[in-house]
Amino acid sequence: MVNPQLTKDGKLKHLLSIEGLPRAILDQILDTAESFVGVAEREVKKVPLLRGKTVCNIFFENSTRTRTTFEIAAKRLSADVLNLNVGTSSQAKGETILDTVNNLTAMHADMFVVRHSASGAAHFIARHAAPHIHVINAGDGRHAHPTQGLLDVFTVRRYKPQMHNLRVALVGDVLHSRVARSEIHALTILGVPEVRVIAPKTLLPEHVEKLGVQVYHDMRAGLKDVDVIMMLRLQNERMQGALLPSAQEYFKTYGLTQEKLALAKPDAIVMHPGPMNRGVEIDSSVADGNQSVILPQVTYGIAVRMAVMAILAGNS
Amino acid sequence: MILPDAEQLLITLADKIRPLLTPDTALVGLHSGGAWLMQRLLPMLGKNLPNGVLDISFYRDDFSRIGLHPQTKPSQIAFDVQDRHIIIIDDVFYTGRTIRAAMNELFDYGRPASITLAVLVNRGGRELPIEPQIAAAHLDLAPGQNLQLLRDADGRFYLQLHEDA
Repeated sequence: MVNPQLTKDGKLKHLLSIEGLPRAILDQILDTAESFVGVAEREVKKVPLLRGKTVCNIFFENSTRTRTTFEIAAKRLSADVLNLNVGTSSQAKGETILDTVNNLTAMHADMFVVRHSASGAAHFIARHAAPHIHVINAGDGRHAHPTQGLLDVFTVRRYKPQMHNLRVALVGDVLHSRVARSEIHALTILGVPEVRVIAPKTLLPEHVEKLGVQVYHDMRAGLKDVDVIMMLRLQNERMQGALLPSAQEYFKTYGLTQEKLALAKPDAIVMHPGPMNRGVEIDSSVADGNQSVILPQVTYGIAVRMAVMAILAGNS
Repeated sequence: MILPDAEQLLITLADKIRPLLTPDTALVGLHSGGAWLMQRLLPMLGKNLPNGVLDISFYRDDFSRIGLHPQTKPSQIAFDVQDRHIIIIDDVFYTGRTIRAAMNELFDYGRPASITLAVLVNRGGRELPIEPQIAAAHLDLAPGQNLQLLRDADGRFYLQLHEDA
């Protein structure tokens, strides 16, 4: 099957999902991001790669952090940036996604960063956009959030460079999490030998083990001797349903506390894609503790997004 | 064509750089050949010179034509560029476009007092008003010829010439 993300000669044209990408492309993104980390430490934090290009952040669903880091990334590449909160504008007036996209194309946009609550929205736009347009999926429904997956493995690689030797645990709401799916694909492609998911049955998708992960329902057993703990956000709005008894109950069983963290390797790192629910999936003392790399994740997110945009813009 | 011995040229290059050194001098090697040369020059120049490496991939003028270089290396400038006398080291000087990119990148770290360009070989063919002040050798090469600095298994430098297909 043709991968819609790649050009005929196998270069990355859009970034829609990590699934199915060759390892060489992931390595190139991560290596390039390494160079961009240094750019942020200079007096002038900009490079001229995307001078004269226009990047449109089209957010059909709100997300302050993701939009902001994409915006900073594009600006540090010297692009012009247009932020569209479509949820509150044209769509409310009845405009279709394609009309929105065609209008932006007519304004000479070069790249779309798309967030949508429907799985497949970024694919749909990539398929119908003009040929010179590059599309980056910034989260579509439950499907994928590839730049989050990439920045997470970038963070892992920075702290634990021996990726072929790692044991990684993802904890929490895997069922609703596009982040979890992207993380699992990225870790697997990069050769991490053991990826565990730890969650109650109600928060795991059916046949999750087909993604190549080991399933644990007991957090204590699942955390034993892991090198990396990736916490997932539990969405408060989903707490009302039949999936979970209560936030307090969840914290008792699947919340990361100092006591549970002690079961992992002594030098294990703790990650969270944000925004955090303190006292629900993670205790404040862990989130702010010395094994936490949650804020470095945010910093690296800019470098990784710069790398993705720079690589895409060069692959015409 | 008989190419000059690169190890010999390295000694010439060091001899030509030595009189230019001041207390405010810093060396910047361009990835990759210039960075190799700089590593060998540092002990030959006999001083603890501040030094750094630039990878100019993010400043190339052919990005929109050929895209991002598939392998970029982080630039590492750990010293303060402000008011320094900087000597840029590169292996082969050709069109001058690499040096333009390098100067643009350097200025994003600060405002140097001066920049001097020192290269192993000036092969001719510049396309910009940029010319090395120091060159250990001059060669006159045609546009289709490609001169490269390489290292053998023992780390010794040699030059190689090949014709573009």
